[in-house]
Amino acid sequence: MPSDQSPKGAAPRRTTARAASVTTPAPAATVAPASSGLAGSSPWAYAPAPESREIVTIRQRYGLFIDGKERAPSGGEVTITYNPATEEPLAEIAKGTPADADRAIEAADRAYRKVWSKLHPRERAKYLYRISRILQERSREFAVTETMDSGKPIRESRDVDVPLAAAHFWYYAGWADKLEYAVPGRRPEAHGVVGQVIPWNFPLLMLAWKIAPALAAGNTVVLKPASTTPLTALLFADVCRQAELPDGVVNIVTGPGSTGMSIVTDPRVAKVAFTGSTSVGVTIAKVIAGQGKGLTLELGGKAANIVFEDAALDQAVEGVVNGIFFNQGEVCCAGSRLLVQESIAEEFLARLRDRMSMLRIGDPMDKNTDIGAINSKAQMESIGELVASGVAEGAQIWQPACDLPTRGWFFRPTLFTNVAQSHRIAREEIFGPVLATITFRTVAEAIEKANNTAYGLSAGIWTEKGSRILQVASALKAGVVWANTFNRFDPTAPFGGYKESGYGREGGMQGLHAYLRSS
Amino acid sequence: MGKKSKRTEKLNLPLTIESSEGSERLEVRRTAKLYIGGAFPRSESGRSREVQLAKGGVANIAGGSRKDLREAVRVARIAAEPWAARTAMVRGQILYRVAELMEGRAAQFRDDLINHGASKSDAAAEVSAAIDRMVWYAGWPDKLSAVLGGTNPVASSHFVFTLPEPTGVIASIAPEASPLLGLVSRLGGILAGGNVAIVLASESAPLPAVTLAETLAVSDVPAGVVNIITARRAELLPHLVRHADIDGYDLWGCPDELLVEAEQGAAEHVARVARRPHGVKDRADAFDGERGERIDGITAFLEMKTVWHPIGS
Repeated sequence: MPSDQSPKGAAPRRTTARAASVTTPAPAATVAPASSGLAGSSPWAYAPAPESREIVTIRQRYGLFIDGKERAPSGGEVTITYNPATEEPLAEIAKGTPADADRAIEAADRAYRKVWSKLHPRERAKYLYRISRILQERSREFAVTETMDSGKPIRESRDVDVPLAAAHFWYYAGWADKLEYAVPGRRPEAHGVVGQVIPWNFPLLMLAWKIAPALAAGNTVVLKPASTTPLTALLFADVCRQAELPDGVVNIVTGPGSTGMSIVTDPRVAKVAFTGSTSVGVTIAKVIAGQGKGLTLELGGKAANIVFEDAALDQAVEGVVNGIFFNQGEVCCAGSRLLVQESIAEEFLARLRDRMSMLRIGDPMDKNTDIGAINSKAQMESIGELVASGVAEGAQIWQPACDLPTRGWFFRPTLFTNVAQSHRIAREEIFGPVLATITFRTVAEAIEKANNTAYGLSAGIWTEKGSRILQVASALKAGVVWANTFNRFDPTAPFGGYKESGYGREGGMQGLHAYLRSS
Repeated sequence: MGKKSKRTEKLNLPLTIESSEGSERLEVRRTAKLYIGGAFPRSESGRSREVQLAKGGVANIAGGSRKDLREAVRVARIAAEPWAARTAMVRGQILYRVAELMEGRAAQFRDDLINHGASKSDAAAEVSAAIDRMVWYAGWPDKLSAVLGGTNPVASSHFVFTLPEPTGVIASIAPEASPLLGLVSRLGGILAGGNVAIVLASESAPLPAVTLAETLAVSDVPAGVVNIITARRAELLPHLVRHADIDGYDLWGCPDELLVEAEQGAAEHVARVARRPHGVKDRADAFDGERGERIDGITAFLEMKTVWHPIGS
């Protein structure tokens, strides 16, 4: 379904319009938005506080990073990456071909055999520490680039994505010369060349989650960033150069999904790691079936955020808001299903609507922005389509009357109530700022409903009763359970899914295992 | 003397079990059946298959069907949650109990192996090793969380721990060439992790699996936790790997020519897969000694769960 926001037809300069008459995507337009707590006259209205772009120099064109050098794509084609908040083209990105993938794998294979596998693990560790330090030193540059390329609020890229990415390299650096402690009773060995394909929602962070443990374990890497968010990966190539990482240890090949497929299917690639949609993950697993490759998949999610009647309600409201609106809800572990106990549902939803009315949607570069831009037009349309299905299937929609910029891809935060478990908005991953509310009466019913999904990535529990936390946490079929908190990440804490959310873990000692063959 | 003896024998005839002709007592043969949900059904298909025995004669091995398989998955799913909920110590004790009962049936296990062509000494060695392997696994359940999990020192004010949990219903294509030790080595890993199993037994040497089923039936392993199907594996495998209620596949014994199909089927429902390590052959000695004592058979079917909680007042 096409968006009413008609980005291309909008005014040339982006404005943060205060007018309440901004149109929203089609389904929402049928609903009169509630009053905003942030109307122009409100004492809560903030003056703009934009982060400066000065620190970033985005080049007109980027090549591929192969064997330590920037190379033009063999096909000579480029794609354009846009700033989703302004729809401005940011740069031309090389469209890597299967021939480029081949070249990158050859470089990675050579680097593995001739250099990286011969290096003392202690030295490998020091390269990773260097990378971590450089990421810290250049953190602002990375944060600004990430926000410009992905649309996520600068507050998040600055406080979450970039520091966590640096922390991942730091954490895994220390493992490089201690691998035998990670696999007691066995002998750790690297796979060789690892092929990695990452998504657009946390471009740099996902790169760090993939590359840091792979290098620490002694592998070399060919990584394909998402086609809409390649810039921080290409900036990372510059970090590799600064760190004087040996040529070919990290190779970055931009391009479409088919380029990623050439990487993962290549017989020289011994291990594959993929983060993205379940359908693509299944395709990868099928294509490489029987080849003896290692495979880890971090796929979709439809997390339940369960609020029990004894929860600290204001904290729970904060947690639910963070759970679904962090990064515009474009998070695989987003708490996209709110399970609230019937006895408190009315009061809780009232507080939640109040809180949602206070959310600031707009310029991701503004330090006060809570919800930035949706990553791409295609994603806007996908969210709009699912929201329309929610309305059509009979769920009750509510959206705050916040102002949306007239340019860029922005989606109003959306709350659905009267949702049935069979509704598409309760079953499918929306990957947007859309929350589906389901009520329950008993603990057993909450567990049953929370587990009633093909996914199993994450879940949230809100209650003041410790024993209930432990009971529910152990009954939930989810890889990460946040109790009285949500969307927390740390390099020491493994992350990954049950069921159709994939297999393998990222983070912690467990995250190292996928990158080791143990014999 | 001889004469007298003969007369005595004659006189005593009604009191002995030997016939006067000296012919041997007729053996009461065992019917080799499937093991599903703690019961021993014949295949619903009514099929069986002749397996030649080394001592002479044949055994009729039940020919499990797709429908038997579906039934096994159904009962396994029911058994999965209660089995996972048993304490680690109890699961360990139950596995040890299996080893105890295997010891009691050692003679039959040896007989089975000899009937499938093993020498006496090889059979004896394999049976002893299989019992010891079960004891090795019996010690694992209450150590897994300490070895594989732990608390995570996150850089924020949260208490965070990671624990292994069982994946659920696991189908095992048992090793073909190591019909007892291989079977126990793979099954033990699945059970020690708290999973339930559907086993496709060795096709050429199924008798040890049948005896193991009979051992499990009188052990404390709850009905449905282990289900053993004898079948033509190439016939059942395509259905097995596409059964959406199976959470993981141990393809150790999967023939190379079926591996691609097996992994593709598993991929369709994002099932976990363990397979024979690269370069390792499905041979009789594949599980000998420390080569068989590998935690990988357990870890392949564990899900690591990480739980976060804030620290504060």
